[in-house]
Amino acid sequence: MDSRTSDPQAHTPLASTVTEGLKIVVVGGFGVGKTTLVRSVSEIRPLSTEETMTQAGVGVDDNAGAVDKTTTTVAFDFGRISLNEQMVLYLFGAPGQERFWFLWDRLFAGTLGAVVLVDTRRLEDSWYAIDRLEHHGTPFIVARNSFPGAGHDLDAVREALSLAGDVPLVDCDARDRESVKRVLITLVDHLYALSTEGAGT
Amino acid sequence: MTRRHLDSEGPDRLYTLTRGRSSSKDTNLDLVTLIVTNGEPEPGMQSEHVRIMRMCRAPAAVVEISAELGLPVGVTKILLSDLVAGGRVTARNPTSARANAHLPDAAILKKVLVGLKNL
Repeated sequence: MDSRTSDPQAHTPLASTVTEGLKIVVVGGFGVGKTTLVRSVSEIRPLSTEETMTQAGVGVDDNAGAVDKTTTTVAFDFGRISLNEQMVLYLFGAPGQERFWFLWDRLFAGTLGAVVLVDTRRLEDSWYAIDRLEHHGTPFIVARNSFPGAGHDLDAVREALSLAGDVPLVDCDARDRESVKRVLITLVDHLYALSTEGAGT
Repeated sequence: MTRRHLDSEGPDRLYTLTRGRSSSKDTNLDLVTLIVTNGEPEPGMQSEHVRIMRMCRAPAAVVEISAELGLPVGVTKILLSDLVAGGRVTARNPTSARANAHLPDAAILKKVLVGLKNL
């Protein structure tokens, strides 16, 4: 079917002892650097796949059996980090566009949390994703991918995104492994703080 | 990154692969459920089933299998559910991050932190 089975890197096997798969989702607009970020920390070359969902059109069900079906297809890519002998973390890069959120519950229910990757030249691309994550109750942080000449300081970014004060906002370089590691650690630190804050809501 | 040509997989072929089933709702397989093969594939098995069994001699997540087969996640889950039901593969479902709790267990998060810091 294809020649990829000959690529050794895609087949780096997991340890046989691994039992626990975990997920973190990186959401961001087109070209913001999601795949680059995933590639920087992944132990495999990022792979891509897709999910499709067919749903009955809204509001047409009563029309004498004429059900209008629409198919939603969302492509996403992912990488992998073996954390220890039992746990493996999958990092998903996903587009934040509207149709994607139809599939959020099917694909990303149970995610540890999310990183919203933003480009200050197109901050408005992130508004919708942030709104949806809040709606889904998914904890997240925001990482500003530092493109050359990205002018705004982080306070201005926070204001432009109307981010709550307790949502971490950090700078990163999606090409740099250490920088991306810091982003992930910031997210998990944030999740840890939330989880130990008490019973939560 | 690898771009697959999923569009070239006609709907007829997907229909045949899954013998007409289109819903994987009852499989309770997650994107990151880890699949491990038990034993060897046998002659006469569906070729996708054989590929999955070969691929999962070491654990592989549902999403990795989907990417390797070049099939949508839902179709992959249906194929996997056949193998699970037949005892051909074992599914290691995630325990820590269920959808009913918005926040995962602090003990799990601590292990994730240690793992990330050791990268």
